[in-house]
This record gives sequence, structure tokens and C-alpha cells, in this order.
Amino acid sequence: MIKFSKRQLKTPKMQRPVYLVTGGMSKFGRSIPEKRTEELVIDAFVEAAEFIDKSPAELKEYIHSCYYGHFADHFGDQLLGESVIHDRLGLDPLGNVGIKTGGATGGSTLWEAFKAVASGYSDCVLAMGWERMDEVPTDEGNNYIASAADKDWETPLGHIYTGYYAVMAQKYWQVFGKKEDSFRQTMAEIAVKNRGYARMNPHAQGPMDITVDDVINSPVVAYPLRALDCCLMSVGAACAILCDEKTANELTDNPLEIHVAAGSHTLRVADRRDMEIPLLPNESPDQYKDLGDRFPGGDRYPGFTGFLAARMAAYYGYRMAGVIDPTEDFDLVELHDAFTISDIQTYEDIGIRPYGEGRTYVESGDCYLTNPKTGEPGKLPSNLSGGLIGNMHAVGATGIMQTIEVGQHIWGRWAEMHEDQSKWDLFGRSKPDDWTNLQVDGAKRGLAISHAGVGSHVTATILVHPDHQLERTES
Amino acid sequence: MNTNDRGTVKVENGRYRFEGKFHYGYPNEPIRNEDGELMGVTNPRDLTHVHMYGGEAPFFEGLGQGKLLGTRCDNSNCEANGSIFIPFRIHCPDCLSKNTIVDMTETAQKGATVHTFMITERTGAFNTLPKPIRFVNVEFEGVPTILMGYLSVGEPKIGMKVIPIFNTTNPTFTILDLSWVPEEANETDLPEGYTFG
Ligand SMILES: [Zn+2]
Repeated sequence: MIKFSKRQLKTPKMQRPVYLVTGGMSKFGRSIPEKRTEELVIDAFVEAAEFIDKSPAELKEYIHSCYYGHFADHFGDQLLGESVIHDRLGLDPLGNVGIKTGGATGGSTLWEAFKAVASGYSDCVLAMGWERMDEVPTDEGNNYIASAADKDWETPLGHIYTGYYAVMAQKYWQVFGKKEDSFRQTMAEIAVKNRGYARMNPHAQGPMDITVDDVINSPVVAYPLRALDCCLMSVGAACAILCDEKTANELTDNPLEIHVAAGSHTLRVADRRDMEIPLLPNESPDQYKDLGDRFPGGDRYPGFTGFLAARMAAYYGYRMAGVIDPTEDFDLVELHDAFTISDIQTYEDIGIRPYGEGRTYVESGDCYLTNPKTGEPGKLPSNLSGGLIGNMHAVGATGIMQTIEVGQHIWGRWAEMHEDQSKWDLFGRSKPDDWTNLQVDGAKRGLAISHAGVGSHVTATILVHPDHQLERTES
Repeated sequence: MNTNDRGTVKVENGRYRFEGKFHYGYPNEPIRNEDGELMGVTNPRDLTHVHMYGGEAPFFEGLGQGKLLGTRCDNSNCEANGSIFIPFRIHCPDCLSKNTIVDMTETAQKGATVHTFMITERTGAFNTLPKPIRFVNVEFEGVPTILMGYLSVGEPKIGMKVIPIFNTTNPTFTILDLSWVPEEANETDLPEGYTFG
């Protein structure tokens, strides 16, 4: 579709509010040969139970249905892998369902779990996501990942997903980045920032203390993308418990309201028709009239440079939560930084910056916990977990990990979950001497974006402290 | 293991007729750590899937004949009426009526344009294209969508004019039978088996 009806654009209206009560995650690594996936899932579940001072058995008594995010069956060579997990968690005979939307699987799992509570079907649900991409060699892994592209029209072309994706990066780089060294530098700053924040996270797989030059001098993967511009490929699990208000208050005295919305766009990146830009609440109808003049070649929307699915997830999600301006209304975000350049594209799709101006979010220093330009707190810190570049991309778990990280800031418990020496020891990771508490002071609202491949699926998960709700207007 | 008897498939009377072998088994091997402890096992296999093109079959047959086929919505009640789709869409994405097949070879030969591109040395298992692969995304006059493909001659650039070439000599009946070259390329520049159609 290139035109959307009023019905299609309706703001989702849930039957009742939904709350995030707790969440947990396993260690993340490129490979974890000593553990079965079930063991990682149990690690995540136990952490979620302990976070609210419950035993796993006590928490299980509340759960009424289960939502399992796991994308790539091929890798595990096990269909109905969700049933294996469900059995090992000892959750039979509860209803359960598997969810698969590529890189957005974690976010989509929350979306399904959220609707199950909002509808009244369940008062308490488990959203659990995991991925295991270490059980084939890398080139076969690339082949499997490429089978998430269109098998007749794209996959035979090299069996390499990066190739289908990076054509978008090339276009954005040339049209909106204008091939400028300064833009290349901005991309690199994201990689430095996210890997640096990952150093404070015991779960993280890819912490690094690097410089912009290290990124710019790292090997080319697909120009302009270099090795250090790219996200990790990970093994691990993450889970969240969502409840209605009454059950949430039985489990904890501090639940967070959660909203989840989703959008989609073509699986085939090239097969996109032009359309008008669907506007977010902080945009005006005429502000993009001269986009093609300011950025020659940038007049096609979404073309190869916009993620319509991300735009639509924000379009629905912001209206559900009453968000007008994400930079003002959120205190932190976790974005799907699959590549540094796609991170910049996403700033525009979700309205942190207008189309064409994504880079200024980084260049202003707003995206840092402490703005390096001013020494003041950054306006909207992003990816303090380390993101996909520094922390992990265990596909089915990623969107859930992001949401838990945002939650831990709003709960004011980020340091508790990242500082403890015993966790660093348990994961066999050495805590840096300059470990720093990345807690966002006074965080009340946050956003997590979960994104699939070239943008086939994107979800927006919004967490709000119940005492700090935004005003919502009917649309 | 001898895999010379690998299977072939025909469709007869609306049914598949499989002949030969579609899978070969191999013994598995234990996986141990440096202390000799058992960690897991390998699961080797070799199997062949079959896949039907359905309504897209004319497109893939056409490539081997030097033709680039697209489709057009001819439903006068549809807002997309007259839109030409490449990639070939069997049904209109708006009204879902059956599209009309249109031959776009000439349009493409008059000069298509590179919308964007990517060069990569990395490939996945089973890749058959020479490396590096030069992905090009090609725009056509009067077509609202863009087509993913690869460039066989020269270096890609946004805005460059390209023309299609086809594997008409020994077609694979896959998208690989279609490639692109700069509009000034000569027949002698083309990879083996490829022609201008
Ligand atoms: Zn139509």
C-alpha cells in the first residue's frame, strides 16, 4: 500500500493498561558451547524472579500464557523449539506461541504479550526471547541469515544479507551523508560510544575501549560500512513479565506502564513504492517540501533511506503513550544499532531528528549520558546497554533486553544490575577499573526500538513510570 | 560418498514425480573440549529441496530467453491501474487482481539507472557469484519500484546507466541469469554464457 485509510491509521486503544513488572537476561556471547539454550533461558527467568524477590516457582504461579521469540529455526535445527523451552521452564499446560519477525522478534514478542494482557486474556504473561547462532560456521550462518531475504529475488545473490542491507547504507551515505568525512566521523562516534558503554555491562559480548580512528581504520565490510560499524552476532536469552494493574501491584510495588506498537514494510528492500511521509506529532506537513533540494536524491520516500516500518511503529506508539517530541518526552532510548548508519536513519524515522538531520543527534552530544560538548547530562542518552554493537544481538532476545535495560533506569536500579562483582565473576568477565554507573538520573520514560533486517518489521516499546504519564488525546 | 544419482523432479498430472536420491546421510562425530569431555555432536546431512515458481515461472523462464518481464495492474477500478511492477508481481499489491505480463526488455535496454549499489567481498555458503559482488539496485523509466541485481562489468556508481544481460547459453533459471553492465559495454566484455538477449 502507498495510501493508508483512516481505519488503518487509528491509534491502538487497549482494553486496559499493561505493566512491566520485571525482566532478566542471561550472559551474551558469540558462542556459549557449555550451555544448552534451555539453560540460558532459565538463567534469564531466574534473574527476573530474583529482581522482584520471588523464587522462580512463586513467579511461575502468576503466569497464565507465554510468548516465545526465537527467529532462526535453521540454526537450532529444531522446529517447535519454543515447546522445548516451555517444557524445560515447567510451564505446561499453559498456552504458548512462537513469534518470528527477524531482528524485531524480541520486540514483536513483547507486542504479542502486551496484547494478551491488554485484552484480558491473561493477567500475567511471560515474554521470553532467545537466539543461538553459534551452531554452524560463519559462512553457513550467513547463508541462513540470507534466507530471511526473498529466496527467489535476493538470496541467490551472494547469500549475504549484508549486501541487501548495505545498499541502503550506500544511498544514505551519499545522499544525506554527502560522503563527507565529518559524517563518516559521526558514524564512528556511535560505534565508539556503544562499545564504550558496553564496558560497564557484565552481560555484554563486545565491550571495547576504542577511538573514532580505530573504527575508520577497521576493515571494510561493505563500503562505507567497516567491521566496527557492525553489530554483534550473539547467543543468549532475555525475558519480561507483563501484567495487568492488579497483578502487577501484587508482584511489585513499582510496575512500569508499557505500550508496544508495530509497523512493517517490504521484505525486498528494492521493491518499495514512493509515498507521502506519514508525519509524527512533532512534524508539520510542509517541513519536508524541500528535502530533495537540500539533499539531492533524497526526494523519494521511503526510498532506500527511510525505514517506513520504524516510522509507523513510532506513529502508533507515540500516540498510544501521548508522546509528542521523543527528545523531550523520553529520558533515554535503546535503538536497534545494527549498523552505525542505520542507527542514524532510525533517529529520523522515529522523530528524534527530522529526515535528513539524523547526524545532529550525535553531533550535538544529546545521545550521550554526559554530553561531551557541554559536560551536562545528555538530553536523550541512547544505547547505554551497549546496544547491538557493544552488548549483543541475540535476535529473539534483543528487543526484550533493550526494554529491560530501559526499565532498570526508570526503576533506578541500573547500577544494582550491572555493578555487582559476583555477576562479572559468574559470566567470566573482568570488570573495568574505571567502571562507571550509567544510571540516567530521574529517568521516568523511555523507548526501545526493535527492527528486522532491511526494515520488514519494527516495534516501538514505550515504558512510562505510572506517576509520570503523558497526556493523551483521542485521534 | 557418491552423489551422482542426485534426484530430479518432474510434474506430471499435477503431481511431483521424484527420481533418484534427495538425501545422503553421513555418520555424526562427537565434539569434545580440550579435556576430552563430550560437549555435543555434529549432524551432517545433504538434502535437496524442491521449489515451485508458480505464477512467477514466466519471469524465470524469460531470463534464459533474454527477456525481462514485469507485470501491470489493468484493473480500471484500482488506484494502481497502469502501474508496472518489477520485481514481477503476480497480483497487484493493492487490488489483488491478476496482473498482466508485460515485456520490459526494451525499456531496460534503453537504459536503466543505478539507484544505489554495494560492493562486498563477503558472501555466504553456496554463493556462486565471483567476488567481490557488485550489488546494483536498478530503476526503470515508468516503474515505481526498483530491482536488486548485480553488475558484471565495471564499477558501479549512483546514477550510472546500465543495461541488462542474460544467461541465455546455460541458464540456471534463477535471478542469477539476469545481470547488468554499463550501457557502453561490448559483447566481448560479458561473462561467459551471457548475452544482451
Ligand atoms: Zn490493482
